[in-house]
Amino acid sequence: MRNEDSLYQKKRDRRRLFADFRFRVYGILGLVLAGSALLFLLGNIFSTGYSAFQQTVITLEFNLDAEILGVTSTASPAERQEANAAKVAKNGLYVLFPEVKKSKDKRNLTKLLSLGAELDIRDLLIDKPESIGSSVTLTVPMSSDVDQYYKASLRGEQFQSRLDEQQKKWLQILIDKKIVEMQFNTDFFTRADSRYPELAGIGGAVVGTIYTLLICLLIAFPLGVAAAIYLEEFSRDSFMARMVEANINNLAAVPSVIFGLLGLAVILNVFGLPRSTPLAGGIVLALMTLPTIIIACRSAIKTVPPSIREAGMAMGASPIQVTFHHVMPAAMSGTLTGTIIGLAQALGETAPLLMIGMVAFIANVPGAPSDPATALPVQIYLWAESAERGFVEKTAAAIMVIIVFLIAMNLLAVLIRNRTRISNK
Amino acid sequence: MKLSTKNKAVRNSLISALILAATPVVSQARDQIQIVGSSTVYPFSTLVAERFGSSGKFKTPVVESTGTGGGMKLFCQGVGESNPDVANASRAMKSSEFENCQKNGVKEIVEVTFGSDGIAFANNVNNAPINFTLKQLWLAMAENGPKPEKWSDIDKSLPDTKITILVPPPTSGTRDAWNDKVMKDGCPAEVKKKDKKACKIMREDGAVIEAGENDALIVQKLEANPSAFGIFGFSYLENNSDKIKAANIDGVEISLESIQSYEYPVARPLFFYVKKAHIGVIPGLKEYLDAFTNEKAISEEGYLVDAGLVPLNNTQRSKLRKATKDLVIFSPAK
Repeated sequence: MRNEDSLYQKKRDRRRLFADFRFRVYGILGLVLAGSALLFLLGNIFSTGYSAFQQTVITLEFNLDAEILGVTSTASPAERQEANAAKVAKNGLYVLFPEVKKSKDKRNLTKLLSLGAELDIRDLLIDKPESIGSSVTLTVPMSSDVDQYYKASLRGEQFQSRLDEQQKKWLQILIDKKIVEMQFNTDFFTRADSRYPELAGIGGAVVGTIYTLLICLLIAFPLGVAAAIYLEEFSRDSFMARMVEANINNLAAVPSVIFGLLGLAVILNVFGLPRSTPLAGGIVLALMTLPTIIIACRSAIKTVPPSIREAGMAMGASPIQVTFHHVMPAAMSGTLTGTIIGLAQALGETAPLLMIGMVAFIANVPGAPSDPATALPVQIYLWAESAERGFVEKTAAAIMVIIVFLIAMNLLAVLIRNRTRISNK
Repeated sequence: MKLSTKNKAVRNSLISALILAATPVVSQARDQIQIVGSSTVYPFSTLVAERFGSSGKFKTPVVESTGTGGGMKLFCQGVGESNPDVANASRAMKSSEFENCQKNGVKEIVEVTFGSDGIAFANNVNNAPINFTLKQLWLAMAENGPKPEKWSDIDKSLPDTKITILVPPPTSGTRDAWNDKVMKDGCPAEVKKKDKKACKIMREDGAVIEAGENDALIVQKLEANPSAFGIFGFSYLENNSDKIKAANIDGVEISLESIQSYEYPVARPLFFYVKKAHIGVIPGLKEYLDAFTNEKAISEEGYLVDAGLVPLNNTQRSKLRKATKDLVIFSPAK
């Protein structure tokens, strides 16, 4: 009898242990699966995108002939602006290939060079008018087709390029002359959007994102904290208060595009704020972030023990003093963490921005929140849709930048939490 | 006491943020052209805009891709700074849209037909060349047709593969143009007689798949599935000719010439519309109009043609230039 009992016991034990083991295996499997999916995704993005941080450039001598340019060194800035920089840029390449005479061949030859060459020369004319009439050596970007082809050939890949055989020959001659090289792509970080992949940068989108988030923070944070303080510390538990609470919780779950529609109807059409600007975008995102901040702040306030309030009251502090001197400092870390998480969520939104016109081609880096601008996720979306092959790597690189942004914000949240944590003991 | 020192940092940063908030200025008069409309015209419009802006005299116009219909709605909201100056369109303005414009005070509109676009029916580049008639395409795609499973069910000469066609969503201009040409002209008379709209309904049993506005994604899918077909603008085909190949339609190969002459059945003109009331008010609008109709942009050797635009012929172009110079006012064909 006893024997049988212990046998049964043993069997059950084994089964329980096995169930325990099984559960652990499932957990580990799940983690491995999620981890490998993440690794695959990041690996894929990195392997397509890393090459965007480099660009193919060529060092050429440009003859800033006053006659070709059509301006002299004494011309006004406006006149220099209109100088025929394009011709000078093309000539810089033509002199290396005197045998190319036919206009069709010449056109094909200039396709090796980027529009950026012309822009660089014009910038030089504006900044240094004294250089007109002399010869300058400049390092200018090459066209995206060349860029893609050259990068692929450096990696030793076969690449179906849009360059024809003749263009490839010309390029090989330039490479043999050792004037073609790769350099770090600073344009990618300083310039705004462009239809020419070699000139497109995320500078405009980054500045637009910063403006948008700043506006969003300035509106949502004070409003959210004030609302949370009132609801937690001052309002009586009335029917109204409960209604407000339920509505806030509901708002947090409303799809973001709805806020965009609201923005279009109210912020643009009623208040007449300018379309496509971070000002309008920030307000829309603030509406979206508000519930998140209120909920985070309220739960942070709830964790402050009543003894702190009672101690304050006992010392004769008014309710306002208790709230701002004792409760809020203790609740600050939770509130700030919630705010940053809310902002990080706003950082990734495109749907509400679509409705207020921030999904657009904007080639100037915005100088103020009232200038038209895009945001990072919008830029990624626009590039992903573009037909030109050069945008594939730019898209991946922009995704890398937004990931860095997100990690930085989350780190900031952790940092703030650690710095502002106040022990209640 | 420890509390307050730690909080000072937070408070100070909040105060500095508030000061920053006070600095942004309220918008001044708009000095930047605003353009909305068709996603087909978007690549051309942005190219012109960028070159226009890079000359340094004016700011680069802001171009939004809203689709033709959405663009028309915004464009016709009224005159004045808060409304866009230009609407891009992959079809002519409808008379209903024109009336809406008139009602809202957008009286004088200049229409510019700057080139053409062809729509390609393409598959993976490794397939054998193939020819479809409009009728065959309609049979393969229509809801009110026989809904065949394989191409060979339609005609013995067609390949023995399952019909899979990736189409852009109904909001896209490409789909509009496809519907207007293929689905309408390929429609058999008996269906047409019953109900005109019935021709344009596409089947929903999995043979025709709505693939979203992202053409790059469709190309990827065609690479993965050699028997699938997709619908693309001509410029997209040109840019990706190493991956996809267009089928002939009604025996006509898609090419610059066949689209220009509208011999290729699925070709259409491209437009943009300008508010005359904004010319002279929004800086640079007249110059933008000139830049877009300039020979440098739209002639056979223009940069828009490099980007896939099918140019007008010489006489059409000189007519266009004269019309834009005189700012001829548009009224829709009834």
